[in-house]
Amino acid sequence: MANKNIAISFEDVSKMYRLGLVGTGTLGQDLNRWWKMNVLHQEDPYLKVGQTNDRSTKGDSDFVYALQNINFQVEQGDVVGIIGKNGAGKSTLLKLLSRITAPTTGQIRTKGRLASLLEVGTGFHPELTGRENIYMNGSIMGMRKAEITRKLDEIIDFAGVARYIDTPCKRYSSGMQVRLGFAVAAFLEPEILVVDEVLAVGDAEFQKKAIGKMQDVSTGEGRTVLFVSHNMNSVRLLCKNGIVLKNGMVEYTGTANQCVDYYVGSNIVEIIPHVVIEKKHRWYEKKHDVEFLEARIVNDNPAAMASDEPLIIELTLKVHFRNHEEMQYSAVLVNDADICVANYTSDPIALPQQDLYKVRLEIKNHALPAGKYMMHFSVGRYDFYAGSTTYDDIRNVLSFEIKYQDLAQKKEFLSWNSRWGLTYHTGTDIEARVVV
Amino acid sequence: MKENSQDWDLVIKPTRSLWYIDFKEIWRYRDLFVQYVKRDIITVYKQTILGPLWFFISPIFTTIMYMFVFNTLAGISTGDIPAPVFYMSGNILWIYFGACFGTGQGAFTGNAGVFSKVYFPRLVAPLAGITSAFIKTLIQSLTLIVIYMYYVTHGVPLHLTIEALLLPAIILLTALFGLGCGLIISALTVKYRDLNNLVAFGLQLWMYATPVIYPVSIATKPELAIFLKLNPLQGIFTDFRYMITGMGEMDWTGLLYSTIVTLSVLFLGIIVFNRQERTFMDTI
Repeated sequence: MANKNIAISFEDVSKMYRLGLVGTGTLGQDLNRWWKMNVLHQEDPYLKVGQTNDRSTKGDSDFVYALQNINFQVEQGDVVGIIGKNGAGKSTLLKLLSRITAPTTGQIRTKGRLASLLEVGTGFHPELTGRENIYMNGSIMGMRKAEITRKLDEIIDFAGVARYIDTPCKRYSSGMQVRLGFAVAAFLEPEILVVDEVLAVGDAEFQKKAIGKMQDVSTGEGRTVLFVSHNMNSVRLLCKNGIVLKNGMVEYTGTANQCVDYYVGSNIVEIIPHVVIEKKHRWYEKKHDVEFLEARIVNDNPAAMASDEPLIIELTLKVHFRNHEEMQYSAVLVNDADICVANYTSDPIALPQQDLYKVRLEIKNHALPAGKYMMHFSVGRYDFYAGSTTYDDIRNVLSFEIKYQDLAQKKEFLSWNSRWGLTYHTGTDIEARVVV
Repeated sequence: MKENSQDWDLVIKPTRSLWYIDFKEIWRYRDLFVQYVKRDIITVYKQTILGPLWFFISPIFTTIMYMFVFNTLAGISTGDIPAPVFYMSGNILWIYFGACFGTGQGAFTGNAGVFSKVYFPRLVAPLAGITSAFIKTLIQSLTLIVIYMYYVTHGVPLHLTIEALLLPAIILLTALFGLGCGLIISALTVKYRDLNNLVAFGLQLWMYATPVIYPVSIATKPELAIFLKLNPLQGIFTDFRYMITGMGEMDWTGLLYSTIVTLSVLFLGIIVFNRQERTFMDTI
């Protein structure tokens, strides 16, 4: 175990970026930093203020760590998938490894010829022909001319653009350009290959070809591959191991499957039995003639529910303007893979006299499989002439977990799995009742 | 950290010596260098009617315009050298200087698309730039040679001097000085874009301070002559004309001054370039 061959090693690597406008007011800071570091021999004054990089919350510092204290090692021949949300630091990590930008602290060490594929067709010039561009792109990726000449036929064949090879690339469709670019990259022979989401392009046939090629490269030829993708299926398919990044830090490491499960599951982190509605819950600005104020799960133990237990929710609403005499309430259940699994819409019930009121929704016979669920709610009214009008729509407000699944009471012959998708319910499965 | 005994091929660290060029690595990428030069030359005349003729059109027309405006209208004397030879030689060298300056200045901004996606020794791009500009200059020199031969056959005593052996040095000085200035400017323009406007206009003024359209001998006031000679390009241009025509005189001090300034500018330019190379993608 001790003598494994390490191909890539990240040691305490951090990368700091300055937010906002670069180029205004930086001269002062540049001077300050220069003064502190070179004259007073202090530490970089701006290094300390870096904060956790969470793109949705506003920090009070202009400097953030895109990556913070990253430590990991990749063995030779391993295929590692890097997953994480937008802004988690995946691309920065690849950029550091590809030497496009330098780390702020720490060091990265690699062994073997490294090629990075952050884009296909880098350096393509629209006026040059396909053939000329193969040479251009190949040279940019570090191939020698003789090497390209040797593989030229294979590259053209793999790209499937033989007919257009002496036509300027500007006449190519965008798909053809991508094919040609990927084909060149596929015939690079690096010992370490760094790939960023380039498979998300091209038609289905070509994607299959590209994935096949990647598999050959990693399994057959024993190369080390670092692969960043948002496509969980290709991560599962291609990678052996994985790294989950969150806010610039390594959050989880394990096999590719474990990582994908961890990442996908992390949509619902905690059980939320009660919530006061804020602006962040509303995805769309509606005219809030009727508005949600609070939502609460009435069941005794929302963290450990049973599949035969009716789900009872209490919503507090406020009426600003009475367009209708009756209202309908709907609830949407989303599972931990962010798949919408059930949609319940109540029959219309009378809008109470008072402006501030509570309504109870009772979802019966849901027979939900074990797992965590997140809920969305909306209130509105269907009208034969005006169609549906939604007054308020709140997302990701409450969550609960089904722990006990009573298999004896199951009504279907097939055990329905929430990953199969949506079921739609109206009327009898959901009962709405005004309580105050 | 037991694996220290392993020999790593690449260690990526936050900082690196600023005065360092990895020539071995650049040599490994020589094919890319050739590709870049080829591309620069080929793409000039793709999808044009006149094709490679475009290389000649711009110097010919500028020369004609200079002759008309400065020689005929303003009556600036070109000394013993026939006006077309005088203007064409100055013009070609200036175009080359401008091209090298532009290469340096656009080293990062012009290549941002490629630099942000793939690593190769960045210096390959500007080196290829000054090389392709040199090839274009060679092609353009054909016009100068034609004009030159015309005057020689018509009895004007134009001749190459022994100092013409230093022509490669003159060309190299022009290229390196242009590149160095451009690189220094590029570091500033990456951060402060508005300098680009200033540069375009400054370059034009600079041309008028350089003996492109007049001989230095025109400056009769000593203060003015000193001012003109402070321009590092003065020696290069004056000596270039002397070398190829044998008229006027060789300015050895000017050449020495130009060489010293060029070396310092280049040194500074490379430091700036190395500094930029590490982090420019974050500021661009």
